[in-house]
Amino acid sequence: MELLCPAGNLASLKAAFRAGADAVYLGLKDDTNARSFAGLNFTPEQIKQATKLAHSQGRKVFLTLNTFPKPGEESRWYQAIDLAANIGMDALITADISLLDYASRRYPHLPLHLSVQASATNLAALDFYQQAFNIERAVLPRVLSIKQVKDLAKNSTVDLEVFAFGSLCIMAEGRCHLSSYVTGQSPNTGGSCSPAKHVRWQEQGDKCLTRLNEVLIDTSDVDQQLGYPVVCKGRYIAENQTQAKYLLESPTSLNTLSLLPQLASAGIKSLKIEGRQRSPAYVEQVTRVWREAIDSFLTHPESFTEQARWNQVLAKVSEGQVTTLGAYERQWQ
Amino acid sequence: MKISLAPVSYCWDKTSIEDFYQQAANSQIDTVYLGETVCSRRRLLKFKDYLELAHMLKSHGKNVVLSTMALIEAQSELAELKKHIDNGEFSIEANDMAAVQLARQANIPFICGPTINNYNRASLDILQTMGMKRFVMPYELSKAWLESVISEPTKASFEVEVMGHGYIPLAHSARCFTAKHFGLNKDNCETICQQHPKGILAQTQEQQALLRLNGVQTQSAANIDLTQEIISMQQMGVDYFRVSPSSLACLDLANELTNALSHDVVDDKYELPFSHINNQQCNGYWFGQAGLAQV
Repeated sequence: MELLCPAGNLASLKAAFRAGADAVYLGLKDDTNARSFAGLNFTPEQIKQATKLAHSQGRKVFLTLNTFPKPGEESRWYQAIDLAANIGMDALITADISLLDYASRRYPHLPLHLSVQASATNLAALDFYQQAFNIERAVLPRVLSIKQVKDLAKNSTVDLEVFAFGSLCIMAEGRCHLSSYVTGQSPNTGGSCSPAKHVRWQEQGDKCLTRLNEVLIDTSDVDQQLGYPVVCKGRYIAENQTQAKYLLESPTSLNTLSLLPQLASAGIKSLKIEGRQRSPAYVEQVTRVWREAIDSFLTHPESFTEQARWNQVLAKVSEGQVTTLGAYERQWQ
Repeated sequence: MKISLAPVSYCWDKTSIEDFYQQAANSQIDTVYLGETVCSRRRLLKFKDYLELAHMLKSHGKNVVLSTMALIEAQSELAELKKHIDNGEFSIEANDMAAVQLARQANIPFICGPTINNYNRASLDILQTMGMKRFVMPYELSKAWLESVISEPTKASFEVEVMGHGYIPLAHSARCFTAKHFGLNKDNCETICQQHPKGILAQTQEQQALLRLNGVQTQSAANIDLTQEIISMQQMGVDYFRVSPSSLACLDLANELTNALSHDVVDDKYELPFSHINNQQCNGYWFGQAGLAQV
């Protein structure tokens, strides 16, 4: 079972490997990936360096190319595939049909991982991508229950990767327009959800107003710790009500530590930690906990128990310091 | 250009659905999409009920398309999807890659719905080789995007449909937000969404209408209205202008638009009917802006 960690820069990549990551995923410094934030990500030269470093330590590095090429600008996406293939990166994580087609034809040796942005949530969709483009692995969207994940793992011939920890998308990824409805940019089109340039915190007395492109997403106490503002985690007033509530989801992070034995016995190939936009310190802390948990499970699968201190470390770096099993648990749905 | 009617995205009771499609059958509207696209727990109408409605509409001269689910998670949902694919008579609208896969295996043509991620020409061309005959533009894309995609490098030979009127489906989740709002969850939801035939409106704390909760689907609070763009769409080569219904009034609008277009008038002199559905309007996506903007 692979532990796959985020790398927003070289420092995070080194932190991940130091803490025991088997592999990292990273993206270029532009909108070819869905974490296109200023100051984040890698130049082609840095990617070469990162790949060399990873391979010298016997680790893997995957290129995240999970946005959809814009008409007239396709060449940037194709060049990124050429880069990944030419420098011997270990896999390409991508969602767009034309990119899967390009990569599978030109570089049949380059393993293809279907990005979560492709939103493949069932056996027929996985079959589609495998038969058409020979994908080796798929990243499952965070909309499936643990039972559905197990069913897929049992029946699919594609290796499966799931999100183990990090920010929680509650919508089927790759098909959510909430960000573009409010800001004009979505992960698919602009390379990020809730682009930072549209976020504004405004103090008003003892309240802090969180705005996204001037739309009021939430109001909170000034001293309250705030998560990154996204439309799905705001407080709104429902029809015939007066109180604002978290109608979709409250600020919380996904933590599947308690599911580790079930995910392992289902044959899940890789556990993904979310957070390329987070600090090297976050990457190191989270990776260390998951490394320890996985090793502890692999050594004594029968007697595995979650340790309280693992969850304490994870809660500390979680949004609102709260974690959830999200859709893995039917009750949440 | 023709007018099409999108599938009803809300949970209406059987009588309301039947009345709605009876009126649609008696209208001038060219193409009618129907079927449950949002939630498999809505069982007020079964597949055979939709099939009966499809036959009734066909007998009134409508081009009928069976729409399929946007988010497919369970094996049982795939079995239901297979029934749609194997209906033997009507085209299907694929709203998940699962439908593309099953249609391709069965060697039948399909229409790519708006929730299939078609963001560039190369992807559309590949899907066309697999049997796609028409695609509905993903909601968040623009006029400029569409112009480029259907004209470069060559003129596209597949048909093009654009959502022109209605509330925009913005996202789908495993979670039912309507159930959550009433302290329930999806497994014990009591199909409570049927009490909200236009979804539940959600406003910001400054009373700005923002979203509309429709079970596992989240829609825009504002109504997209591109009726003023019909002539320019026609000139661009858009084949279908889609009206997404939220009430019977939408049928009147779709019918009126159909009549206007049948006059063969493509110049600016002809005055198209204005939308009668008074609501917060938006058209931002079409003009390359935030979806909620009104340009």
